Amino acid sequence: MLVHSRGGRWATWTVFFALFLPVFALPLLVIVAASFATNWSGAFPSGFTTGHYGAATTGDSLQALTTSLVTALTASVLALTVGAWAALAAAALKKGGRRFMDALFVLPVAVPSVVVGLAVLVAFSKPPVLLNGTRWIVILAHTVLVMAFAYQSVSAAILRLDPMYEQAAASLGARPLLVLWRVKLPLLLPSLTAAAGLCFALSMGELSATMMLYPPDWTPLPVQIFAITDRGSLFTGAAVAVVLMATTLLVLLGVSRIRTKASFR
Amino acid sequence: MSRRGSAVLAADPAAGSAPRSAPGDTGRRRDADRRQLPAFVWVLPPVLVLAAVFLYPLALVVQQSFSPDSGGTSLQPYTDVFASGAFREALGTTVWLAVGATVGCLVLGFVLALVIAFVPFPGGKAVAKFIDVFLSFPSFLITLALLFVYGTVGMANGVWTDVTGAHSGPFQFLTTPWGVLLAEITYFTPFVMRPLLAAFSQLDTAQLEVASSLGARPARIVRRVILPEALPALAAGGSLVLVMCLNEFGIVLFTGAKGVTTLPMLVYSKAILESDYPAACVVAVVNIAISVGLYGLYRVVSRRVGA
Repeated sequence: MLVHSRGGRWATWTVFFALFLPVFALPLLVIVAASFATNWSGAFPSGFTTGHYGAATTGDSLQALTTSLVTALTASVLALTVGAWAALAAAALKKGGRRFMDALFVLPVAVPSVVVGLAVLVAFSKPPVLLNGTRWIVILAHTVLVMAFAYQSVSAAILRLDPMYEQAAASLGARPLLVLWRVKLPLLLPSLTAAAGLCFALSMGELSATMMLYPPDWTPLPVQIFAITDRGSLFTGAAVAVVLMATTLLVLLGVSRIRTKASFR
Repeated sequence: MSRRGSAVLAADPAAGSAPRSAPGDTGRRRDADRRQLPAFVWVLPPVLVLAAVFLYPLALVVQQSFSPDSGGTSLQPYTDVFASGAFREALGTTVWLAVGATVGCLVLGFVLALVIAFVPFPGGKAVAKFIDVFLSFPSFLITLALLFVYGTVGMANGVWTDVTGAHSGPFQFLTTPWGVLLAEITYFTPFVMRPLLAAFSQLDTAQLEVASSLGARPARIVRRVILPEALPALAAGGSLVLVMCLNEFGIVLFTGAKGVTTLPMLVYSKAILESDYPAACVVAVVNIAISVGLYGLYRVVSRRVGA
């Protein structure tokens, strides 16, 4: 306890909430409030309506939602497969090799996502692999962007793993693949699902690389929100944003439930 | 987005790992043929995938930055871009916005984390959880929200015109760099708070009690006891935020300000709006150089402090 006097504590808390609420809570509340309003020209929004959600869950916006879900799901599965494989393989290397793998697989984080988008665009707009104009170029870019996070969370989890289990399994004669499948992967399952949730959330909100790449028939939610607000329909944009936030939260919640179930085994 | 900070921080390999199959046990289990494959073979498939989908495209960007539309290989794109006022302005804007936002995040994040950790209140846990959730949302939502708060017809200006009867409100900064700065500080402060809260939870509170019983006032305790302990976490969080601000695109795009052009925005407008790929690639190479350099620095800092 840093502040001992009662008055001092209350003063500190007042300052805290005076900073915290406007900066962090207000933006999210404002978006939710605006999504139910037709007009906002005073302290509070006016003209209560649920009509924006009608627009946000039909037509283009509904299609954008499914687009985002399919993209995020595919990209997360691909990124998790490659990232977890890389992390597991890197853990078997010597120190220098592990360092190298760490540096290699965090590189997509350090490179700006817009540049990742540009690079994918430049590389896959010409033979041998022509993906420009298809949905796969978007999914590919998302996979690249979230792979680094999958790698990092899985390799951090491997470091925390107790080596006793796999040693015990190996000493009982289990082959490496069996140890991997029956011992290591089950032990890593909580971290794998957490990594999957992280990848999914990141991909759902990805805008920078997507703006460089999306074909007209594959518009994810963030791009849709930008298009709507750019047209001036701020309130509909807010409703679509709420749909995006709610979907992300629901998936994260579901993933954390899997995690607790797995940890009780 | 949430665990971007922690995932990055947690990824630093601590010394010591599981002992693997020792080289001398070949005779013991002859049937385990897989074991004979050297470890690096298993590394190859994911590395090849990464090379195909990331390193090869990146190399093409560098190659294209040396290939002007007129053909051949030359430094022409670089001299053209470096000579253009738009690029210099974007570079300047990017750097000052990133530095300003980082300083703002450090100050705000330090104060908030300090209160959560050392002046605990009921619901402090919930606040920390809320920050995690906050991090899982995309950045452009902040700009969208600010449009309703400080926009031309937003909350703040609405209140002002209601109270004073004026025609328009005083808050017109959203489409200026200040709007971007405010949004970046809002969005990136949690990335500073997470490592700070982690560092504070390891700090022995007895130190604070001793200092306080010796008569030190809170400000002095913060300066002499807490701040030195927090410096590594501040350095790690600050450099992460600096890199992310340099690369931020969504906030700037949603602001829709013609006057605010950052390097990522310039890459986008050169490539997509003007179809000038060599120039876009030059800007991209500069952007990569800056942010990879800084990110390397961040990795070194956070590894050194073990954050």
